[in-house]
Amino acid sequence: MKEFQGKSLSWELRDGVLELALHREPCNEIGSVTLEDLEKFATALQTVEGEAHAAIIYSSLKCGFSAGADLRELYRRSHEMDGKSAVEGVREFLERTHRVMNIIDGASLTTIAAVHGVTFGGGFELALVCDLIIADKMARFCFPELRLGLIPGFGGIPRLKRDLGNAVVRDLLLTGRSFNATKAQQIGLVSQVVGEGESLRAARATAAQLKKFDRQTAMTAKQFIKPIPYDDLKMEIDLFCELYMQPAVEEGLRKFVESSDAQPYLP
Amino acid sequence: MPRSEQTLDEIMNLASAHFKVPREKLTPDEDFFKTLRIDSLQALDLLTKLENHFHVELPDYELQGVSDFRTLAGRIQSRL
Repeated sequence: MKEFQGKSLSWELRDGVLELALHREPCNEIGSVTLEDLEKFATALQTVEGEAHAAIIYSSLKCGFSAGADLRELYRRSHEMDGKSAVEGVREFLERTHRVMNIIDGASLTTIAAVHGVTFGGGFELALVCDLIIADKMARFCFPELRLGLIPGFGGIPRLKRDLGNAVVRDLLLTGRSFNATKAQQIGLVSQVVGEGESLRAARATAAQLKKFDRQTAMTAKQFIKPIPYDDLKMEIDLFCELYMQPAVEEGLRKFVESSDAQPYLP
Repeated sequence: MPRSEQTLDEIMNLASAHFKVPREKLTPDEDFFKTLRIDSLQALDLLTKLENHFHVELPDYELQGVSDFRTLAGRIQSRL
């Protein structure tokens, strides 16, 4: 499929570049609707291999790239189902999400996340599967899961371990703090920091440069420098499900969902 | 103008421009969540703006409970 218009995202193949725009209000929260659309994108990514050399993932919403997993949906699951069914449902959701993330991670196209604003939790994890992250200087990254009694569940920890130094990974995960694009570039997460509103333009310029090189050589290089950490990814799902059964999680989710506080995203 | 007052002034100017709220409506000691009518995601946006402007890194947990410009200026001043 060369173009698609879904409830949460749309894509278009243009000049050899598959451009995916996230557009689910309020801030591209990733729940079952987005996952279904992402699964279609993962299939498209495999079918356009012969016609495309790069893919760009960006958000067309002002608030940012993505605020992460849909916590309201996660809360409904924990609240409406009995414990065992809720955990089974979450495991199935995580396994489907991991399948999509792994396809994007290992795609034979070069993938670029063009991010701005909020790039949190699951949104951060979606950016992490891409080969390059280009960030607007107003981008902000965070793994806030520990505040809810959870760990990231979309492959964030194994990919951070793969890509960054362990001290940085511990800081990000254990403090739950957010940091800006300049810091993200300093620690090796982001390859380019650009001006406000410039990340998509910069991503397109980078995609045009990638077209000059042989795809097979690029793929060989990618497989060598970016192996997918399958064992750690599997372990992450197990740990997430174990934590999800703890009563503290439902309480943490309830506080977030029912909060009328102006500051639910602040630590 | 003392340096801390200058920092405070710059913060209020940035907030006014970023959220398009007249500068004269902002005061150092009032709750900026209310005067700017912002939520936590917008507050993080302001934090990024301030970090970029002052070239500092300000962990958001240091801003826990901070809701007025004067205290915010103090936290930034301590990192300059």
